Amino acid sequence: MAGYVIRRFLQMIPVFFGATFLVYFLVFSLPGDPIAALFGDKPVNEAVAAQLRSQYNLDQPFIIQYLLYLQNLVTFDLGVDFSGREVSAVLAQAFPVTIRLALLALLFEAVFGIAFGLMAGLKKGRIFDSTVLVVSLIVIAIPVFVLGFLLQFLVGVKLQWTSPTVGGDAGWSDLILPAVVLGLASFAYVLRLTRTSVIENMNADYVRTATAKGLSRPRVVTVHILRNSLIPVVTFLGADLGALMGGAIVTEGIFNVPGVGQRLYQSVIRGEGPTIVSIVSVLVFVYVIANLLVDLLYAWLDPRIRYA
Amino acid sequence: MRVTRTSKMLSVAALAALTLSACGGGSDESAEGSGEGEANKTAIITANGTEPQNPLMPVNTNEVGGGRIMDLLFEGLVSYDADGNTVNELAESIETEDSQTYTIKVKADQKFTNGEAITAKSFVDAWNFGAAAKNAQLNSYFFESIEGYDEVSAEGATAETMSGLTVVDDSTFTVKLSQPESDFPQRLGYTAYFPLPAEALADPAAFGENPIGNGPYKLDGDDAWQHEVQIDLVANPDYTGTRVPQNGGVTFKFYSSFDAAYADLQSNELDILDTIPNMALKTFKTDLGEGRYDEKAYAGNQTITIPGYLPEFSGEAGQLRRQAISMAINRDEITEVVFSGSREPATEFTAPVIDGYNDSIPGNEVLEFNPEKAKELWDEAEKLSPWPADQTFTIGYNADANHKEWIDAVANGLKNNLGIEAEGKPYATFKELRADATAKTLTGAIRTGWQADYPSLANFLGPNYGTGGGSNDGGYSSEEFDTLLDDGLGASTPEEGAETLNKAQEVLLKDLPNIPLWYQVAQSGWSENVDNVETGWNGVPVYYNITAK
Amino acid sequence: MHKDTTHIEHYVAPLEETPLAATDSVKEDVQPLSLWGEAWRNLRRQPLFIISALLILLILTVAAFPGLFTNASPDENCLLANSNGAPSAGHPLGFTFQGCDVYARVIYGTRASVLVGLLTTIAVVIIGGVLGALAGYYGGWLDAVLARVGDVFFALPLILGAIIIMQLPTFRENRTVITVVFTLLIFGWPQVARITRSAVISVRNSDFVVASRSLGVSRFSALVKHVIPNSTAPVIVIATISLGTFIVAEATLSFLGIGLPPGIMSWGNDISAAQSSLRSNPSTLLWPAAALSITVLSFIMLGDAVRDALDPKARKR
Repeated sequence: MAGYVIRRFLQMIPVFFGATFLVYFLVFSLPGDPIAALFGDKPVNEAVAAQLRSQYNLDQPFIIQYLLYLQNLVTFDLGVDFSGREVSAVLAQAFPVTIRLALLALLFEAVFGIAFGLMAGLKKGRIFDSTVLVVSLIVIAIPVFVLGFLLQFLVGVKLQWTSPTVGGDAGWSDLILPAVVLGLASFAYVLRLTRTSVIENMNADYVRTATAKGLSRPRVVTVHILRNSLIPVVTFLGADLGALMGGAIVTEGIFNVPGVGQRLYQSVIRGEGPTIVSIVSVLVFVYVIANLLVDLLYAWLDPRIRYA
Repeated sequence: MRVTRTSKMLSVAALAALTLSACGGGSDESAEGSGEGEANKTAIITANGTEPQNPLMPVNTNEVGGGRIMDLLFEGLVSYDADGNTVNELAESIETEDSQTYTIKVKADQKFTNGEAITAKSFVDAWNFGAAAKNAQLNSYFFESIEGYDEVSAEGATAETMSGLTVVDDSTFTVKLSQPESDFPQRLGYTAYFPLPAEALADPAAFGENPIGNGPYKLDGDDAWQHEVQIDLVANPDYTGTRVPQNGGVTFKFYSSFDAAYADLQSNELDILDTIPNMALKTFKTDLGEGRYDEKAYAGNQTITIPGYLPEFSGEAGQLRRQAISMAINRDEITEVVFSGSREPATEFTAPVIDGYNDSIPGNEVLEFNPEKAKELWDEAEKLSPWPADQTFTIGYNADANHKEWIDAVANGLKNNLGIEAEGKPYATFKELRADATAKTLTGAIRTGWQADYPSLANFLGPNYGTGGGSNDGGYSSEEFDTLLDDGLGASTPEEGAETLNKAQEVLLKDLPNIPLWYQVAQSGWSENVDNVETGWNGVPVYYNITAK
Repeated sequence: MHKDTTHIEHYVAPLEETPLAATDSVKEDVQPLSLWGEAWRNLRRQPLFIISALLILLILTVAAFPGLFTNASPDENCLLANSNGAPSAGHPLGFTFQGCDVYARVIYGTRASVLVGLLTTIAVVIIGGVLGALAGYYGGWLDAVLARVGDVFFALPLILGAIIIMQLPTFRENRTVITVVFTLLIFGWPQVARITRSAVISVRNSDFVVASRSLGVSRFSALVKHVIPNSTAPVIVIATISLGTFIVAEATLSFLGIGLPPGIMSWGNDISAAQSSLRSNPSTLLWPAAALSITVLSFIMLGDAVRDALDPKARKR
């Protein structure tokens, strides 16, 4: 087990280099000249542009740019963005907010998705099951910007239960509404995954054995059916964590959350290499660790799975 | 300046100088406001903004997020009132005899907030700093009229001072331009021309984070700029200019979308919003209620540029086609339906708030909707050179801002009225669009727009249509136009200049290097907590006049 | 020590005299039903399957022959004068913001939307499913490599990748449904791969797999014959829901200028265009969203039916 974990950590090294190289290459291939764009529609002063290009190493060939980035990284210097701000400061500001938001969203989709999915699975074909199906259809078919706007309008503007936007001091309670909006689409996945797994496991031999042994219904449901149904669900949740962090562009926009998604989008639009690469590197680590945790959870959920 | 990322953008020019005498209506209220006690004057107003994209350095700030902050932190030689008239601020006088050499006298006893005196040198050093290529300042272009600019702005240039700038004494300096330009004094309220303290030149990076200015407001301490969240400005107690703050300070909250800001406005979490988002255009008047919104045309326009280098749009056939397209666009209907009246159909190439604006320039019937005539002109062009059979006429736009709706409406109109295939062509980012435009590799028309840097006809015409002009995307070149433009700039009085410049517009109406669509109208809304909100000539609210209730 | 083995006489009826023969006899001339074959036999009889199959058939017909369902040409005659207009004769669902016929656009948008949804789902399931199954089943270095490659792809920002893909010479001036499918595939396969891998991991140690292996079934045959059929449930769920999210994702891409060109109609395009009329005319959002919901619903029902048919335990009841 320990050996397995250590191996997985060692695998992070090639993943890190692979990801940063790939992302740097993609940024390098972005169409348009980010320096020229800084001038807006103003005529580009070539001398000024040349000065700025060399300041950001943009006049170097791709491989040199990448190596320079790595070199600075060793000294924990992530570079500066076009507004002259340290990228490390950008990360230090955006990630805490985003992590809170993503964890809340994950909690929401996990708790409600698994609970509703379990109930729907146990009562397959009944009215509750159908209701839940309709809800998940709505969540799938109506895009986030519509649902987000509606919830914001209802809860924030009409009922005034919370401030409609989050802003700078994004605390846990401010982020509940955005987290629900963010987690809605994945909620549908979790719900239907749980439901299907539960239905499949309800007829498994060990469940019949457990029932025959005289175990109480709640115990059979939670310990035997649910636990064995969670493997795909946990897998989905683990993979979703990173998506919630890096892909919350729309939700962050609606609720004005100064998080990673918005920042990443803006940086891509502007072609700010160091910012993009740094954010993506952190996201890769999140993925690798989340997926490691998920793999370790498999062994706990299903004792037949072992890691050497 | 061109309208870039957000549809309503950027003006960076100084805000209106609403002296008590200049605005009768407002004056009573402001006087009343100040009489009602200190409480109102110390209230902090919250306004929407965006994270500045460059360090807060006047010569480096060229977009709206930073621009509106700079305008409050700094005071230039002149400022602009709400109608776009130039008002002297730090300038005691600006004199010239030939529109080429200007003698500028700076008011005495003016100080930056760090106590440093503002002298002629504060301007000359700042301008030299901004122009020199080695300092890599984005607004360097604004100094190009000054003699000696070419020497300091060339790549690898070692010269650091422009020969046209001379300090005469502490309070006087002279500016020599490379050619006569009568609208030079009008430009001096623009961000690029603000004075800088010595500190700024010594350590520009630190200054960009914590600027020290001389304007009606100053930063509220060292960490006033909370990146991506907000920036806190408080009234500058030592300010002596005409733009006296009627509130205790302005906090700009940064939003990535106007929708979010609008939701905050509705729940009184934000005091003033300068743009009503599309989603609320049809409902905002009832949402906010009477007396909580304002609509005002400002110095910006929207146009479509059809590059002259496209084979279908060259020569006489090209000219006919451009006229046909222009007359096939129902400007009245689109401004009414798509923008809910928040645009005004264009009748020429500048904007109505500019001095010298004329809505009846001969030849402007080409900007009126006339589908029959449009079809006729198109057919006539067909006879000269047929339109390629399976070619679609495209209008390029950047999808990272709100343009899709009106582009689609224009394209549908062309389809219906000319019987051609037409559609929008989205570019994911603004820089891709610019890359194609500057490389002259466009395959169709593109959306263009201009927002004035300073209130002047020439600011609209020169960069966009002058041969080799900085924003002349279509590569338009007309000797007749260039001559009239130069004559207009060199005219001895602004009135005479305007007349000549409008003659130059007649040439444009004939050639249609781009197709004017409509003028921008600023729609702003405010919370229940504030009063006395007015929109400036550039579409930005007059922040310093806002009072708390 | 040896056992005492006394022989006792038993009477055993001759085989011919018992009725067991008929029961136990094996029809040797009939092909044995495979798991898939049996599943199909099951499926045909399920009402859920019949309903969903009919719905899907209808949707595919609309996609293939939109002209059969409406006379209105969706592309022409979008008159701004009709903007957000109410339903009228010949225009049963009213008009969009641009004054186009909502009904005609929903009908004509079916093709691109269903193509994007179906093709992407199929591609993602094939690529993600194969890689995930191999990784989960064989484990070891293969798993490590595939999983870590997946991690890298997971972390790539979709918008960054999409902008680059749109710039590829093949796609630059010629964006089609395939462009969008390709983009969504590149960013969609790791999710299916992870889910398939997890399902395969939890099945590969099951008794029936171990049993089949000890019976001499080769490792690969065991994967194909026993592991994969028993791992499909979560993959079906992910695939059916993703079908819907891919259609919506197309809208997001198009909205950002990196999806379908405006000339190609799709539900996604209409849904995102309806955004600005959300408060004044929500019905322009309602109809394309309803079409999308019905499509997703029919595939979810189909998925449920297939899953039931493949699950021998559920079948016995």
